[in-house]
Amino acid sequence: MASITLEKLVKRYDKVEAVHGIDLEIADGEFVVLVGPSGCGKSTTLRMIAGLEEISGGELRIGDEIVNERAPKQRNIAMVFQNYAIYPHMTVRENIGFGLYTSSLSKDEKNARIEETGRILGLTDYLDRRPAALSGGQRQRVAIGRAMVRNPSAFLFDEPLSNLDAQLRAQMRIEIKKLHQDLKTTTVYVTHDQIEAMTMADRIVVMKDGYILQTGTPVDLYENPADVFTARFIGTPSMNMIPMAALAGKAGLPDHDPDILVGVRPHDLIVNAPKEGAILTISGQVEACEPLGPETMVHMRVDGEPVIATLPGNVAPPVGSIVECSVETGKLYLFDAKTEKGLGRK
Amino acid sequence: MTDTDRQEALSRYRIKIQPGRILIWTLLFIGGIVMITPLLFMFSTSLKPASDVYDLRLIPAHPTLSNYVAVLTSTGFVRWFFNSMLVAVSVTCSNVFFDSLVGYTLAKFRFRGRRFIFLAILSTLMIPTEMLVIPWYLMSANFGWLDTYWGIMFPGMMTGFGTFLMRQFFEGVPDDFMEAARVDGMNEFVIWWKIAMPLVAPALSALAIFTFLGNWTAFFWPLIVTTSSELYTLPVGLSSFAVEAAIQWEMIMTGAALATIPTLLVFLLFQRYIVRGVMLAGVKG
Repeated sequence: MASITLEKLVKRYDKVEAVHGIDLEIADGEFVVLVGPSGCGKSTTLRMIAGLEEISGGELRIGDEIVNERAPKQRNIAMVFQNYAIYPHMTVRENIGFGLYTSSLSKDEKNARIEETGRILGLTDYLDRRPAALSGGQRQRVAIGRAMVRNPSAFLFDEPLSNLDAQLRAQMRIEIKKLHQDLKTTTVYVTHDQIEAMTMADRIVVMKDGYILQTGTPVDLYENPADVFTARFIGTPSMNMIPMAALAGKAGLPDHDPDILVGVRPHDLIVNAPKEGAILTISGQVEACEPLGPETMVHMRVDGEPVIATLPGNVAPPVGSIVECSVETGKLYLFDAKTEKGLGRK
Repeated sequence: MTDTDRQEALSRYRIKIQPGRILIWTLLFIGGIVMITPLLFMFSTSLKPASDVYDLRLIPAHPTLSNYVAVLTSTGFVRWFFNSMLVAVSVTCSNVFFDSLVGYTLAKFRFRGRRFIFLAILSTLMIPTEMLVIPWYLMSANFGWLDTYWGIMFPGMMTGFGTFLMRQFFEGVPDDFMEAARVDGMNEFVIWWKIAMPLVAPALSALAIFTFLGNWTAFFWPLIVTTSSELYTLPVGLSSFAVEAAIQWEMIMTGAALATIPTLLVFLLFQRYIVRGVMLAGVKG
């Protein structure tokens, strides 16, 4: 196992800079998730760590060694790809064993490791099958097995669950998380799915346009987003962003600076909540409802701004009706409308 | 079940006569006859004595295997068969190796001049073989390759078509496979050999089959480059049965019938791959 350090890491494709000098310290054994929208540079960063992309500037260290110029095989890392990248002409056993191709272990030792990896991943009964005879989840497990079998210093995952259906994705999330808890290997995981990031990460790194916007634990990012992008990206449904001007005259808010955006998470904006202790009470016209069982998401419009609120229970107010909802003190997030930087909570 | 129901059920299984289908089957039947007739005459003539060669009956009046005995014992047939096999197998192996290696490099590596090299290789497809024969001959003469195995083989050891075909197929192999192997510590040659090559097996089969058949039946260049009968390939050797004094049709047909055996075997064994290869080549190209 090893720590990974990125210092002013830059990636340029000809004249276009895709990653702009990012700094990141990943501790030994830590599970770090790089999250952001397509084109934010998260996969490029991962590929630079893997050695699959040349580093245009800055320094990459694995453990104490600078590895900028080292080939992927010299970095002792293992990578799991979005498309599994398991070889269709090899059996599961051969696929897992391929990770040991260059190892100096004896044949018996290699076999023992393959069997053990298969056992951990629940693939014992499938070792002699080819990938075509496996389900998506099993294939992804084979890909993980090939990475695991080498005992690498770090695991790199590049959107490994993107091709799976929602149910399997949830299952695999837990399996990968458990695996990390057992192996305690440093892991860098790339995804654009904030739920994956929130549920799996020790620490999340939010990226956008080749920059790191914020780094922190899932709860930290959820509770204290540094800017509008992070606030909206983390949490489902996204945080409501209402210009302060649209709230002029509404109860509770002490000032009405037009250069301020007011953020409120849909789960903190409760329909028909008691007004005592509320910092803000707004009313809006219902446009649509999404009953989720224990709660209903109410889509409405407040002074022309789209807002999502929560109604506890499985009761949907009629479309077109006017509903009132309130936010407790401490649940409002204020942002500078121009710089989009966070200004704290109210 | 009532009678009406039974009639309806039966009518569902009755073959409907479609005029278009009849036309297609007729055309296919005529095409089949046109293609198979020369083959049947070849086998038929090979079983006729020399005196009956111009008797055009398909079933020989006096069938005999004497032509086969004569071809196999009193001509250089066995040697020519060996020469053809050696040339066809060597050229096929060389093509499978070099065409796929170059195709892989052009498809999967980014380097300066990659596009130019590819276009240069592609442009060789536009030059007819007849135009290349003179430079090939001069080259063979200068290097002392005339009347040698190498002289027969060298022009086909690597082809623009094969390189183009393989490059197109390797383009379709996801980079993730190679990158995963790179991370796993493989060197580039092992990645090509153990990962990329099996993934393009249908294309390799098609390339191997077409190259083998092309070289097995090659006549023009082997005729030009060889002078001694020990180095004749089968088509050249068989053509030597036709001399100014007489054309020994029964011997030519017997030799040709024997020469089709490897071709037929290749077709029978690899028919699946040939069809798939041709289909894939059509889709990919």
